[in-house]
Amino acid sequence: MAPLLLSLLVHTCLMVGCSTRTPPVDPSEPQPMHSSLGQNGSSEGVPLVDVPMALGVFSVDYHHVQAPFEIVLWIMLASLAKLGFHWSGRVPAVVPESCLLIMVGLLVGGVIYGVRHSAPPTLSADAFFLFLLPPIVLDAGYFLPGRLFFENLGTILWYALLGTLWNVLGIGLSLYGVCLLCPSSLGDISLLHCLLFGSLIAAVDPVAVLSVFQEMHVNEQLHILVFGESLLNDAVTVVLYQLFESFLRLPSVSGLDVLLGGCRVLVVGFGGLFVGLFFGLVAALTSRFTPRVPVIAPLFVFLYSYLSYLTSEMLHLSGITAIVTCAVTMKQYVEANVSERSNSSIQYFLKMWSSVSETLIFIFLGVSTIQDVHMWSWAFVCSTLLLCLIWRGTGVLLLTAVVNKVRRNKVTFRDQFIIAYGGLRGAICFSLVFLIDDFPKKRLFITTTIIVILFTVFVQGMTIKPLVDLLDVKRKKRALPTVSEEIHSRLIDHLLAGIEDVVGYWGQHYWKDKFEQFNTKFLRRFLIREEQQNRSSILRVYQELERREQGAHRETTIQARTVPQTASRPLLPEEMDSIRRILSRNLHHFNSRMPAYSRHTLHQDRSLQRHRSLGERDTQVEDAEFNELHILRSGLRRSHTVCAISPSCASLDSPLPDLQTAPKHGPKKHLSFDIENEKNN
Amino acid sequence: MGSNKSTIPPIPNAQELMQETGFSASHIQSLYERFEQLDQDGRGALRVEDFEVLSGLAVNPIKDRIIGAFFSPGKDSVDFPSFVRVMAHFQWSGSNRNKTSSQDAYNSPNSKLRFLFQLYDQDRDEKISRGEMLQVLQEMLGMEDEQLQSIVEKAIQEADLDQDGAISFDEFKKCLEKVNIDEKMKIGFLC
Repeated sequence: MAPLLLSLLVHTCLMVGCSTRTPPVDPSEPQPMHSSLGQNGSSEGVPLVDVPMALGVFSVDYHHVQAPFEIVLWIMLASLAKLGFHWSGRVPAVVPESCLLIMVGLLVGGVIYGVRHSAPPTLSADAFFLFLLPPIVLDAGYFLPGRLFFENLGTILWYALLGTLWNVLGIGLSLYGVCLLCPSSLGDISLLHCLLFGSLIAAVDPVAVLSVFQEMHVNEQLHILVFGESLLNDAVTVVLYQLFESFLRLPSVSGLDVLLGGCRVLVVGFGGLFVGLFFGLVAALTSRFTPRVPVIAPLFVFLYSYLSYLTSEMLHLSGITAIVTCAVTMKQYVEANVSERSNSSIQYFLKMWSSVSETLIFIFLGVSTIQDVHMWSWAFVCSTLLLCLIWRGTGVLLLTAVVNKVRRNKVTFRDQFIIAYGGLRGAICFSLVFLIDDFPKKRLFITTTIIVILFTVFVQGMTIKPLVDLLDVKRKKRALPTVSEEIHSRLIDHLLAGIEDVVGYWGQHYWKDKFEQFNTKFLRRFLIREEQQNRSSILRVYQELERREQGAHRETTIQARTVPQTASRPLLPEEMDSIRRILSRNLHHFNSRMPAYSRHTLHQDRSLQRHRSLGERDTQVEDAEFNELHILRSGLRRSHTVCAISPSCASLDSPLPDLQTAPKHGPKKHLSFDIENEKNN
Repeated sequence: MGSNKSTIPPIPNAQELMQETGFSASHIQSLYERFEQLDQDGRGALRVEDFEVLSGLAVNPIKDRIIGAFFSPGKDSVDFPSFVRVMAHFQWSGSNRNKTSSQDAYNSPNSKLRFLFQLYDQDRDEKISRGEMLQVLQEMLGMEDEQLQSIVEKAIQEADLDQDGAISFDEFKKCLEKVNIDEKMKIGFLC
């Protein structure tokens, strides 16, 4: 912990030092157009004026590397902060990561402000929308649990479209009412301004939602509802925001304009969808031809997704919809086409970039809070906070009442509360508010937005977990299942798949079936390489294991060294993991009912996701694989392992023991495989 | 497909089936339509071949057991009431409109577990032996593996409370008491 703190300090000093060299940002500029992370254009270039008398042995030319240097420093700070928080196990459990990061940002911003006596660099909207947001959304889209998402698509769209509309209009109109009530301080805010503000503050932010819900382990349906809503409401937000902004510029607004606005929602939404589809299919097709150059295969995934995002942004369509659609479309074909290594690389890079992006966003939120000029108005700020909560709550209640009539799995009252309370605002609102054309009360809007974001992230983010416990929301199971449970669960999965086949999908799954037929007949033939089409999953697993074994000999992770090499007494957690792995091998083409999405860990195995908490890292997965390899390879030798049979089943229900203390076998009952020592009763 | 009826004739015993299983009228209707669809030669009863044509089921590792579950022991065809009764197991208890006692209802957790138990226990001796469990695992995973032996051993050890080397129905129930069987064993459009 101490070295981490030290390096954090060093970096902060470095950054303060760097920023003192640059001219201070002028905060009263309406639109921070320069890149926030470095002042390359406007800084004075230091020419080499001095003609050296002798040959200089040592010189520092900071301006040469300024921009990339500062960017790297920021990213480094973000990553070290993240490391630091996860080092201590208890803190992330209570305070969500986003809060901690904002606090770090506040600290750094305060330090920079204190040193320079002017505002630190703010998060520019361009940098946010073009660089920081796409990786997060791409990651979310790529790991979207497809089946769950499409099963709940109707409800998600219902919440996203109607709910957002409800919130926007509600908040906008009521805020206007508040402004009318306080003409002295808020009189010059027009209705359109209020509506504009409502449109940007009403939108639930996927970044913030993800980071908080990730640590909460609610049931998958709830997770996908809130998360899907936060992704899809982008279309509505974008349209309404642009609509109100263009209304503000028009001399007058007519009914026709409103109607056109409505049409625009459809255009934006579907436009984004089609752009995403197009690029997704092209990416899938491209990946078909990559086997000769496997190393650049992952690159295409990122390039095409980013291209889809940029294209739709260029056409003023919904970029988030585009990138999500692109990811969802290309995923199954790309995964079939590229090698296992490339798949891992893709997943790893996605996680890495989205992690860094998210961290940076939150830190910058914190830094940007330290501004020179804040405009404060008790009435406006407090009423905004209240109205956000009220309108979201009522919106969710009303919408759920309607949607429950058509849903099979009703959304319970507790779920509704979590949906309403989990509507966090985040960096999207923040960037949007900066993009507003300047008008006298813009500062007020900015301040209010910051307060709302901080409130939702801190207060709602921190209290949602205790409230969930209080309300006893249906959680995902946290306890480790026993081997029998695993086997029986697998059987049930197979059984259900079979029964569903017998019953057939009439009615609501008609389109799904049609799509599957279309998919198998045309798309897969066209987009997937010949020899990949019929590979059984077992062969793939074996080949994957072969490859990993070759790799495992070269890799030396620290954890692998501490795992005891003598396989005669394998450890229980790894055993369970390997058993689980074996049991779930054949379930790749049966759509598993477990979610695949996890912010911080790679989903190596879908069933493992249930048992990964925030604190555990990927190395444990690699452990299990390494051990499993070991076990499989030495299977022949180990057929006569001695077993210490524990008479009670209870020991298996114990939670995952700490890896570090595992080698001490002494007092713990441990079980290992036993063939020889059967109970002869 | 044989039967494309525009007007649906009354389904035999519909009322009793509804009472017995808790399905609504529309569900029985849909199930009947599906039954007709599967019953290719219009005999009013399904045979094994009718199940085997289903493409999705054909690749299911435990297809034989599932198909076997529909057939009562000794019979070689499934009539509509039996079909419905098997399907009734996959309803969700929460929406049980059936007023019969919770133990007897088809979608009670007990009946669901019973159904599951019988999937394992093919010889109907009320016990899941090592061999039966090993068979299931081999079917599910489709291959031989030394690990499977060990897995079966461990599974039996965990569950076998009276140490007789096999799992009885009560032990099976106890083993799965932490699993929300009701939630897991339900088909969405049958609720």
